[in-house]
Amino acid sequence: MKTKSIIMDETAIERSLKRIAHEIIEQNRGLENLYLVGIRSRGVPMAERIAEHLKSIENIEVPIGILDITLYRDDLSTIAHQPVIKGSKMDFDINKSNVILIDDVLYTGRTVRAAIDAVLDFGRPNKIQLCVLIDRGHRELPIKANYVGKNVPTSTEEIIKVCFEQTDGEESVKIVLRDED
Amino acid sequence: MKNKHNFIGRNLYDLDDYSADEIIAILEATSVMKEINERDYKKLPTLRGKTVCTLFMENSTRTRMSFELAVNRLSADLVSFQASISALSKGESLQDTICTLNAMGIDLYIIRHRFPGSPQLVHKYSEKPVMNAGDGRHAHPTQALLDIFSIWERLGTLKDLKITIVGDIAHSRVVRSNLIGMKKLGANVTVCGPKTLVPGFLPEIYGCKVEHDLETALKDADVIMGLRMQLERQNEGLLPSLDEYTKQYVLSKRTIQFAKKDALIMHPGPMNRGIEIMPEIADSQQSLVLAQVANGVAVRMALLFLFLGGK
Repeated sequence: MKTKSIIMDETAIERSLKRIAHEIIEQNRGLENLYLVGIRSRGVPMAERIAEHLKSIENIEVPIGILDITLYRDDLSTIAHQPVIKGSKMDFDINKSNVILIDDVLYTGRTVRAAIDAVLDFGRPNKIQLCVLIDRGHRELPIKANYVGKNVPTSTEEIIKVCFEQTDGEESVKIVLRDED
Repeated sequence: MKNKHNFIGRNLYDLDDYSADEIIAILEATSVMKEINERDYKKLPTLRGKTVCTLFMENSTRTRMSFELAVNRLSADLVSFQASISALSKGESLQDTICTLNAMGIDLYIIRHRFPGSPQLVHKYSEKPVMNAGDGRHAHPTQALLDIFSIWERLGTLKDLKITIVGDIAHSRVVRSNLIGMKKLGANVTVCGPKTLVPGFLPEIYGCKVEHDLETALKDADVIMGLRMQLERQNEGLLPSLDEYTKQYVLSKRTIQFAKKDALIMHPGPMNRGIEIMPEIADSQQSLVLAQVANGVAVRMALLFLFLGGK
């Protein structure tokens, strides 16, 4: 895959996550009864990073859950390679809570649809919100993020690659071109 | 992440068709399913639109219920075929039965039958994936997988574990599948029982050890598995008497002391309490008997997902 351009570096990502943390506090009037739920795989380190910022701003530890949406996908019977399931981890009662779903890229919205269904199987939160680092457009479902790091207009030929230190050994957001084959 | 193993469209006749890595992949998927089974709301939408048929031509309660629960929890549709009340009892052949079911749009078959090789036959007639839920004395791979998962979950690995299986080895399909799977994962398996119930050729085929003395067999064992004495075999002259068997081979407080302290105790069920296993052992802290039953549902969910959750 060929890199077309680098749209965010380490500093830019850090600033965005910090701003998002402030927005979360502002819009929810604090952090009471709030849980961050990262969607595997890059939503998980992103949730951890936001939690660190929330801690340094408000001095409150927000619990983090992990969501594996594979078993909720709507395209299982059409994809060529079966994904590995790694499981979800929600060590808290989400009934009547305020859940913020966290993912790196918002694209068609299908992952988020699956994630909402997956969350609802754990209980009935009062509210579910969505936080993404990149919104690249091309929605196929009526879904909108509450917190966005950066809006990036893209063509469907392009791929947005988000790298976090924890998962990829570097911090960057790149636009790469799909291999022609 | 993409699964490097491909299970779609395959059959589960026995574990010899699966590599150690593939077995581990099944165990890992089972862990995920186990978490689902521990939720208040135990249901996934994963296999909506798929239809699974269970064909039980031989009595079974736990295996059939376990499979059917797994099918339901993954939201596939279930048709349950019962030999005694079906057209088979009117003389319809298995071939016609399968072709008829196939015309109704079945995506996967689960079969138990007293004839070894029946699952292959179902696949031949249906051309759909088939899971073996026990065929004669031949194989019972999902039971072996749930046994292996129960050990793996507790001890993290099977490598270099000493596992001793005690009882009627000769007539047990559970043992055969377990011997294949446990060996692939690096365990050292010893089978133990009276000479009439332990075929001498087993070491050559399965690489296990054979012992006829319980104390020797249990020495340093990490895992002890008792098997059901098949009471209906009493008339075949293989045992002087059940009492005789119990005296020499029962798993009791006294006999399990030969094994490692805290050795895991397993039994595929149904148990004859007081014959092959004493209640104080079956119900002890070390016993995995009920965990095995719970894990059975999770293993079958994992297999159904792996076999049907893809193109």
